[in-house]
Amino acid sequence: MTIIDNTTADVPSGPLLEVRDLHVEFHTRDGVAKAVNGVNYSVSAGETLAVLGESGSGKSVTAQAVMGILDMPPGRIPRGEIFFRGQDMLKMSNEERRLIRGQKIAMIFQDALSSLNPVLSVGYQLGEMFRVHLGLSKKEAKARSIELMDRVRIPAARERVNDYPHQFSGGMRQRIMIAMALALEPDLIIADEPTTALDVTVQAQVMDLLAELQREYHMGLILITHDLGVVADVADKIAVMYAGRIVETAPVHELYKRPAHPYTRGLLDSIPRLDQKGQELYAIKGLPPNLTRIPAGCAFNPRCPAAQDICRTEIPALLSVTERDGTELPGRGSACHFWKETIHG
Amino acid sequence: MAEPRKSDDSMDATPNVTEVATADAVTVDDSVAAIEATVERGEPILQVRNLVKHFPLTQGVLFKKQVGAVKAVDGISFDLYQGETLGIVGESGCGKSTVAKLLMTLEKATAGEVFFKGQDITRLSGRALKAVRRNIQMVFQDPYTSLNPRMTVGDIIGEPFDIHPEVAPKGDRRRRVQELLDVVGLNPEYINRYPHQFSGGQRQRIGIARGLALNPEVIICDEPVSALDVSVQAQVINLMEKLQDEFNLSYIFIAHDLSIVRHISDRVGVMYLGKMAEIGTDTQIYDHPTHPYTQALLSAVPVPDPEAREGRERIILSGDVPSPANPPSGCRFRTRCWKAQDKCATEVPLLAVPERFKGTGGHAAHESACHFAEEKDVVHAA
Repeated sequence: MTIIDNTTADVPSGPLLEVRDLHVEFHTRDGVAKAVNGVNYSVSAGETLAVLGESGSGKSVTAQAVMGILDMPPGRIPRGEIFFRGQDMLKMSNEERRLIRGQKIAMIFQDALSSLNPVLSVGYQLGEMFRVHLGLSKKEAKARSIELMDRVRIPAARERVNDYPHQFSGGMRQRIMIAMALALEPDLIIADEPTTALDVTVQAQVMDLLAELQREYHMGLILITHDLGVVADVADKIAVMYAGRIVETAPVHELYKRPAHPYTRGLLDSIPRLDQKGQELYAIKGLPPNLTRIPAGCAFNPRCPAAQDICRTEIPALLSVTERDGTELPGRGSACHFWKETIHG
Repeated sequence: MAEPRKSDDSMDATPNVTEVATADAVTVDDSVAAIEATVERGEPILQVRNLVKHFPLTQGVLFKKQVGAVKAVDGISFDLYQGETLGIVGESGCGKSTVAKLLMTLEKATAGEVFFKGQDITRLSGRALKAVRRNIQMVFQDPYTSLNPRMTVGDIIGEPFDIHPEVAPKGDRRRRVQELLDVVGLNPEYINRYPHQFSGGQRQRIGIARGLALNPEVIICDEPVSALDVSVQAQVINLMEKLQDEFNLSYIFIAHDLSIVRHISDRVGVMYLGKMAEIGTDTQIYDHPTHPYTQALLSAVPVPDPEAREGRERIILSGDVPSPANPPSGCRFRTRCWKAQDKCATEVPLLAVPERFKGTGGHAAHESACHFAEEKDVVHAA
């Protein structure tokens, strides 16, 4: 068995972004919180990677490390590499990072209202991207802002460019966030729970827009979410995180059909269905672990219905998953000692 | 039991007379349909009739003058039966949380009635109101802000006993609180801990224990699980179902997550911009929706099954919900509706079983406020 290197297998040109063995920890009063414990993932141009996990799983912290917006201290990256187009960003100077941030990698945050400055007009905030990064004049920047607002389909962009964030609805604000991320035509967009704060009908509009723009600009997209439904709609591949580790990777269809990790299976079983009235919900017992005291062995073992002695002592590696007859399943990996039993029953 | 009052006398309390005239037309019909339904199900515990809540919009600092009103809830009627769960769904701003506050009498209704076991609670005050409030309790959305961080769990759950001392005599309270902790699946020894020592799911259990303290008959749950992680959500939902069976509780379950609402509800009401668009059993609403808004809402729900998704039709609505201060004339959904015609702008559709489905006995025969109600399954793959 090989340790999965889920990077270049299916992409000839090499990935846009590659995270290798990333560790992030925070020094707190209660001790060292190990938020990310050896994460590997990669995204290519035009590809959507969904990072799925509950709060505290390390999905956002990983993204912040990639973006270079992690607060350090209290955060620290004791180990790991983050390659963007083959260059390790963790070895770059602050100046070099700054050139990548915003221009090459952009981020969309969950809460548009608190991510936008309430006392500046949206036109000013959008234009800032052009003035600061491209050195355009105020007038040119404003024209480009209007163009962008059109692109993300904000009605009457010319009239609304001088409006303030509070004058827009939640969905429109999230469009402005998307416009801001798109402004400098980045190669990679990281969207951290982009639709969590929105209503379902608006959520559908915003996800559609994001997917369409991604196709058009051939961008890589990392979608961070806790919503198994949103992921199913737009992602190409999924990485499921638990307690700072990736516990399962799979192409989107495969994951839902045949989960190879008990945690993924538990998650899928615990959400009620829209199309039929179910019986009592399956509930994963217990709580996600405290990151200052992650259980020994597999971090999921205290909540796992299939845990054995080995799970309490040995940390399972993310191994490639195969069919019963040994045929490799491309892109699939599971960090469970008993993945065979989980996927093949 | 008092006969639900006809809406004549509700008029004088409402600021905008023309608006009320339209709301009126709807609700008379509503109550008739609702009363018909009571025949089949026995006594409802809660009857809501033509409930209206308008928040005034004022201008000027010294001499405030009313320039309009946010019509948060604009004439809705429904019943809640003993031991059942009524789900209320809708987008933000549709008025579902205002309904919760009105039922709790935390807000004063502009017009309309809420009958609890035949008694109109919107007109009660003083001791009578206090007595009714004991029977209607609430579980809030955010378990982080709805618990006082400086009170111990024992004090939080025991606080209702200070207001209603007749429920638990002073010496008995600690034992009662420990019992409640046990009922919601928390260790009774945690009684002296503070909220920050608990996780989100555990805090919501504390909120539920507080809601149960006075042995209420109705619990209003406003987004009780939306702040929780998926794996914890299921635990809390299962707990709520267990408690319902154990104590014969009636729930009003307000949420925006349509899958969870289907799971827990016996009947579901869909709200749009202060009005009820459609109401029926879970099968009627989810498998046989007839209102275009319900259909759009259901079709937009992301389903965690990529294969089921591919066979489903998606209706993407354009635009946002209009402002409740200035709702569209006629049908409120018409500005986003693909079926809208001239009639929709002039005539308010009544919430009633559509003519064409009457007497068919099919699942489409449930109340829907649309001129062009048509059955359409958007949840199952074609």
